[in-house]
Amino acid sequence: MIPISWYLILAAALFSIGLFGVLARKNAVAILLGVELMLNAVNINLVTFWRYNAPAEVTGQVFAIIVFAVAAAEVAVGLALIISIYRNRNTIVADDLDLMKW
Amino acid sequence: MFNSSMILAILPEILLLLLGLLILILDIVLKGKDGRNLGWVAAGGLLFILVLNVFLAKPTMPTDVFGGMIRYDMLGYVFKMLFIFGAMLTSLFMMDSEKLGNRGESYILLLVATIGMNLMASATDLIMLYLAIETTSIPMYILAGFMRDDKKSTEAGLKYLLFGAMASTVMLYGFSLIFGFTGTTALGAISGFSLPLALGVIVLILVGIAFKISLAPFHFWAPDVYEGAPTPITGFLSTASKAAGFAVLMRLFIGLFPPASAYAPSWTLIMAVLATITMTVGNVVALSQSNIKRMLAYSSIAHAGYALVGVVSLSELGVGSVTFYLIAYVLTNLAAFGIIAAFSKVTGSEKISDFAGMSRRNSGLALAMLVAFLSLTGMPPFGGFVAKVFVFAAAVKADMVWLAIVGILNSIVGLYYYLTVLKVVYLHRMEGENEEAHPIPLSRPYAIALSVLSAGILLIGIIFGPWFNIASSAAAGLF
Repeated sequence: MIPISWYLILAAALFSIGLFGVLARKNAVAILLGVELMLNAVNINLVTFWRYNAPAEVTGQVFAIIVFAVAAAEVAVGLALIISIYRNRNTIVADDLDLMKW
Repeated sequence: MFNSSMILAILPEILLLLLGLLILILDIVLKGKDGRNLGWVAAGGLLFILVLNVFLAKPTMPTDVFGGMIRYDMLGYVFKMLFIFGAMLTSLFMMDSEKLGNRGESYILLLVATIGMNLMASATDLIMLYLAIETTSIPMYILAGFMRDDKKSTEAGLKYLLFGAMASTVMLYGFSLIFGFTGTTALGAISGFSLPLALGVIVLILVGIAFKISLAPFHFWAPDVYEGAPTPITGFLSTASKAAGFAVLMRLFIGLFPPASAYAPSWTLIMAVLATITMTVGNVVALSQSNIKRMLAYSSIAHAGYALVGVVSLSELGVGSVTFYLIAYVLTNLAAFGIIAAFSKVTGSEKISDFAGMSRRNSGLALAMLVAFLSLTGMPPFGGFVAKVFVFAAAVKADMVWLAIVGILNSIVGLYYYLTVLKVVYLHRMEGENEEAHPIPLSRPYAIALSVLSAGILLIGIIFGPWFNIASSAAAGLF
């Protein structure tokens, strides 16, 4: 069997890539995508821990299912907000959203 | 399997859901006409829920219900009543907000967010906790960006969502690691992982909670979102949402690190440093603000710091004092934002200099502002004073005298910017000195809500004994 650490390293890498995307990308959609990558990393973690630690219990699976249900809701709201910003301002670049500063 | 304590444990949530459905149906029946009256339905319904729960749903001894997902205890109960009270006054403030008040959805979203907060205050399982936090956050993202044609509001909504989604995901990564190391998601059963690992996981989780209560390194969203969001929503966001974050913070971390545990000292130190930074940053940056909502946003960051002083002491007195602090703070800040909503509805301005001559334009509103702002500074005989005394007392009792001194010094800084606003309100004159020609009429919902809040601030400040007993009984359940 593949050692558990492989999966955890994959998840940690995916999480870091997502976090980098959130912090470095300018486009609001790309930032949202970064958040999705981070959430997927969490799901890999959850499913791995479930499979290796307690395959008899459903806790890990339930947690993962709830996480992607919430992620879908969050993205729906996020895209709706991005659309309404685009209609008002004709831009979705995060740096241009600077009406409020200090 | 089912018994009465299970129903009682989630009675507020059930009733809130029913009220939401009622408003949804009424909204369809009315076909968008008279939408404003839905605010009366929401406020009346919430008052009914509050009264019913005060008499029926008071827990006698802590029990875990629904397979350990929810704990039915005084801490959750006190916070739930606080959130329902906050939502009731917020729906009154929302009624005369131009873009919010006529839309049934806004009240439903408010109620859903309140359900989420109620669950946050009582969740004792990581899955339930995450779900509750998101149930609170997602409706709040929508409400912050509710005014679709308003550039600032949509910007506030998107910023809140992007920061919030990131912070809660980092926290979730921490949850997944806890699940991995301990094999369980129940808070009660989580214990005993090694110090370096525990500290790493704690930092991840702290990011999410620090975002919710806007602690210093994670406070950047707060001023922007508070400024852009519709003012009644800002009030709700800065009070109930923050109180819910504190409820989670106390339950989670006192569960994870009992005061006797070996990790408690390092955790206390982290929290003390965070509290110091938060108080200082909030107060110092607030000094230079010209927009009143932004100033109050920084002031609410500072207040999160004061409340955190109570958490640091990791004692029963500490948790009780934080609960009391939050009760006083919810009343005070709701009043402050309600006054601003009433003012800017008439004048269309949120600049501090435009508050000149307000005491002559509407003396009642100015009086309410005096009460709210003096309570924010921590002047006797208002609620804010007693709350600060208890929090600092808890710090002194936990041998953290320096933290109490930092807090007191910060209160003095705070005094300056709160009193500056009051000076503008009472001593400055409008341009042209014809204030009588520009009255600020108060509609009935505002008048009711502001009188209730002002009376409440005074009541908590003068007769604080019974309120502190309630707060202490909430704390007793945790230890």
